[in-house]
Amino acid sequence: MKTLICIVCPRGCHLNIDEENDYKVTGHHCEKGETYGRNELLHPVRVVTSTVKVNSDIHPRCPVKTDQSIPKDDVFHAMKLLDSVLLTPPIRRGDIVVENIADSGAHFVATRDLDT
Amino acid sequence: MARQDYELIVIGAGPAGLAAALSAKEHGLSRILVLERDTELGGILNQCIHNGFGLHYFNEELTGPEYAGRFIDQLDGSGIEIVCDTMVIRLENSDDWRIVHAMSVEKGYQRLKCRAVILAMGCRERTRFAIQIPGSRPAGIFNAGTAQRYVNIEGKMVGRRVIILGSGDIGLIMARRMTLEGAKVLACVELLPYSGGLNRNIVQCLHDFDIPLYLSHTITNIEGKKRVQRVTVQQVDENRRPIPGTEMYYDVDTVLLSVGLIPENELSSEAGVKIDRRTSGPFVYENLETSEKGIFACGNVLHVHDLVDYVTEESQAAGKAAAAFVLGDAPADSGHVIEIKTEPTVSYTVPQTVRVNEVERSLRIFLRVNKIWEETSYIVFRDGDNVIARFKRDYMAPGEMENANIPRVLLDRVKGNTLRVLIEEA
Repeated sequence: MKTLICIVCPRGCHLNIDEENDYKVTGHHCEKGETYGRNELLHPVRVVTSTVKVNSDIHPRCPVKTDQSIPKDDVFHAMKLLDSVLLTPPIRRGDIVVENIADSGAHFVATRDLDT
Repeated sequence: MARQDYELIVIGAGPAGLAAALSAKEHGLSRILVLERDTELGGILNQCIHNGFGLHYFNEELTGPEYAGRFIDQLDGSGIEIVCDTMVIRLENSDDWRIVHAMSVEKGYQRLKCRAVILAMGCRERTRFAIQIPGSRPAGIFNAGTAQRYVNIEGKMVGRRVIILGSGDIGLIMARRMTLEGAKVLACVELLPYSGGLNRNIVQCLHDFDIPLYLSHTITNIEGKKRVQRVTVQQVDENRRPIPGTEMYYDVDTVLLSVGLIPENELSSEAGVKIDRRTSGPFVYENLETSEKGIFACGNVLHVHDLVDYVTEESQAAGKAAAAFVLGDAPADSGHVIEIKTEPTVSYTVPQTVRVNEVERSLRIFLRVNKIWEETSYIVFRDGDNVIARFKRDYMAPGEMENANIPRVLLDRVKGNTLRVLIEEA
């Protein structure tokens, strides 16, 4: 039996996951928590947020995120991909900044608008 | 009304100010001005680039800038006047008018007249001075939120080997952020026997990167000439006094402090608004009006929230109430007034006072408990010994704000002038 704290929402449910019983989850208060508990033991994933360089004096950085969760083991590799990015405004929320991170199908996208 | 007079002035254009202004507009006001001291809208959300915002309000997970963006977008074409780079320096109150004194490079000194004011100035961080850490004063000691601004907005790395004092959410978030940017975070140290941050942040910011969390520990010395070089950490006893012989030494160049937030109420106090020592924010009625007529408060200037979603809801209520006040639908002072009294198990409530006649269907009361309740327990509201309402909770912690929604019909059953709130074990 493994115990985890759910990170899906701020409620932070205390989950029990039974590895010997087909990863049955208890202690969750919603379906998302059940999925999280199982995935966290089988193949944990995270959304990564960071910033990239912007060609602008007013806003030197633009915040970005992965548009879906990526495998936890790829997080540091994904961060590296941002080092060489240089954006030029105008930038719109949702603009793709890095495509298909490590063949995961996830992209880094801008999370704010930046005008020239 | 003369052209330069406003129905409503909102001070601050962070999540609270934006939601309040939009709500006031929706509830019938047309002459609304929002004053912001920063050069852009969005407040602290701009530097909170991590995700997890909006799960309650938008039912999806957004980053801080995305959450702010949703509200900034709504301002377009709303007719709400927004002025950035403007600092409000004084607020005056009289019976009919509120006067806002503001300064900006562009317009100089301005004296703006309005019917109602919404305070939405947010909060600021407690500093090293406030917690009196001994040692020398080298460079490399930052408030976590200040470091967050340097890293996320200005793109400047603040250090390479980091220790974090305090386990509030900003400290936890910065532990992860610094790690992702290539720094080594050696430990997070918390004076109290529990963390003040959300559970999910302890998991995804500390556990994910094997950063140890030392509860009941504190920093007892900071050494370094130009830059921080070494920090001493010690365990503390139940009276929070360092225990000799428990010293641990860390070679670090950076100390981040995440030791609490203080609502910024200098303006409010000067205008005569009464401040609750428990929240460091204004005392408010059920409609978020302060002790001063026509002045309302919402967001972190009222009490420090852990979720922006609740700031939005609260601020929309403040906007609605301010609109009602301006349009002449002001609450009458007569009628049954109940003061909510906290017992030792509860640190505070917002609102603190309820005019029962003004409550529509129900009243949501926000509160914080002052210790961790791991067993099932109840938030209980009592009128004398009579239980008015009881809310079951499986788990409660000081770092996670609770709320209880009391139906009007139950408030009507309160006979006295006080309603006691306390936590009782099952």
